[in-house]
Amino acid sequence: MVNLGFSIGDLHFKNPVLTASGTFGYGSEFDDFLEVSRLGGIVLKGTTLEPREGNQYPRMAETPSGMLNTVGLQNKGVDYFEEFIYPRILEYDTNIIVNINGSFIEEYVALAERINNLEKIPAVELNISCPNVKMGGMAFGTNLDSAREVTREVRAVYSKKLIVKLSPNVTNIVDFARVCEEEGADSVSLINTLLGMSVDVAKMRPSLSTITGGLSGPAIKPVALRMVWQVANAVRIPVIGIGGIMSASDALEFLLAGASAVQIGTASFIDPQASVKVLEGIENYLVKMGFSDIKDIVGYINRSV
Amino acid sequence: MAKRINDLKVIENKRLNNDFFILELAGDNKIDDFKPGQFAQVRVDGSPETFLRRPISIHDVDYDKNTFKLLIQIAGPGTRTLSKLGNGDTLNLVYPLGNSFSLPKKDEKVLLVGGGCGIAPLLFLGKYIKSNGYIPDIILGFRNSERIIEFEEYLKIGNVFITTEDGSMGEKGYVTSHTVFSTRRYDRIYCCGPDSMMKAISGYCKKANIICEVSLENLMACGIGACLCCIVDSVKGNLCTCIDGPVFNVNDLKW
Repeated sequence: MVNLGFSIGDLHFKNPVLTASGTFGYGSEFDDFLEVSRLGGIVLKGTTLEPREGNQYPRMAETPSGMLNTVGLQNKGVDYFEEFIYPRILEYDTNIIVNINGSFIEEYVALAERINNLEKIPAVELNISCPNVKMGGMAFGTNLDSAREVTREVRAVYSKKLIVKLSPNVTNIVDFARVCEEEGADSVSLINTLLGMSVDVAKMRPSLSTITGGLSGPAIKPVALRMVWQVANAVRIPVIGIGGIMSASDALEFLLAGASAVQIGTASFIDPQASVKVLEGIENYLVKMGFSDIKDIVGYINRSV
Repeated sequence: MAKRINDLKVIENKRLNNDFFILELAGDNKIDDFKPGQFAQVRVDGSPETFLRRPISIHDVDYDKNTFKLLIQIAGPGTRTLSKLGNGDTLNLVYPLGNSFSLPKKDEKVLLVGGGCGIAPLLFLGKYIKSNGYIPDIILGFRNSERIIEFEEYLKIGNVFITTEDGSMGEKGYVTSHTVFSTRRYDRIYCCGPDSMMKAISGYCKKANIICEVSLENLMACGIGACLCCIVDSVKGNLCTCIDGPVFNVNDLKW
């Protein structure tokens, strides 16, 4: 048998395939299509302290090999989450990670404290990279001092595993990864969406209600892969690769470039079974290539041949 | 009722005119769980410009043959690629998705109103309510007589009225100006078509205190309530067209 497991500190994941926040709901949306518990983990829809209605329609535009979105963190807030969603997701036998967001550092901190009290949530993903909110979000993830401060403050109150989700909309993403590591993050996940835009020529209007939005899908994969490779070579904490992964082969590119795990995002919109297909494909690849442990291929491209 | 993903075989691709075609697909072994108003997310293979699935209404279901039909308008490269499918080709679908129209109550007078591609879900709905003992009136609106599609099929389920914008068949104008609205009284109207048409019908129904359900066509990515892109502003806050709809009672919408 092949060992697919990986760890963030002492938190074990049964395999390196997770689902990306905002693309997998709270898991139950996919119950008809796959066994959620087979996955290494699921990262839940972005959560905030207070309920958020999100941005106006239209929130989506199809682009070449990808899509733009401007959902704007629509969610019912942490009270609703704790009362109605948390009890329901406990049935899944996998690591449930909450993606946390705020407009101010105080909100991130208050939310992290709330999630810290939830026994069955072993990790949070600190989202400092959402491009679709007026305040907070990417503003924290594109300024080194802000990124440092929010990571430090959340670290001070959150005792479980802290993953920081990085924005690609920066000059040098490695600097941000290093800052998060220095402030005690247990892992970094990257990349969030790239800021993009589309115009509806027939209507002569922007395609999205907020004009700009976040680009995802295979269009961004080479950019994501380059950034993951750079960051994996610069930090010691595990790196989770995200960005346009549609297949096992895509996921393997990230692992070979140095990611310890991957998140499947937009692919789940086109194939709700994409995540488990990626998982099966990774396992088949390891068997075919004669590896008994996934760790043996992480960062393999850096080895001299 | 479980949502599912399957490769289904194309039994027939029937071209109706320049813009419309119907794909008849062989069902899996349990299409009897389809409900009128539901849709499928269709994957478009072989069209590099087309990244996302296309949401398409279930147009008709034949339980005896175990087949169902999708009425599709060629609106871009994706649907154009679908229009070239032939008998025996397979099509990957996520289905059946969304809620459904509600059944009329006893003795209610029912009207179906469809415009353009929006007529698609009304055939399945019409057959369904007919099998439950209702003979609906049906108004179908088209740009001109050459664009009229599926007329004979609708004749089988009720009294059909046609409007065309140029008057080349039926009454001239939009569905909302048809004289049937001033001569007959309805208790319940089902409507699918362009937003402007559905909003006009909705306004009429609210004023006349008629129950009205519309089927929306918002842009969507996933179709299963995960992406939150297809939202509609409702009295209950933002709802997803894909799982809370596509059918909405107009009283729930902020129109």
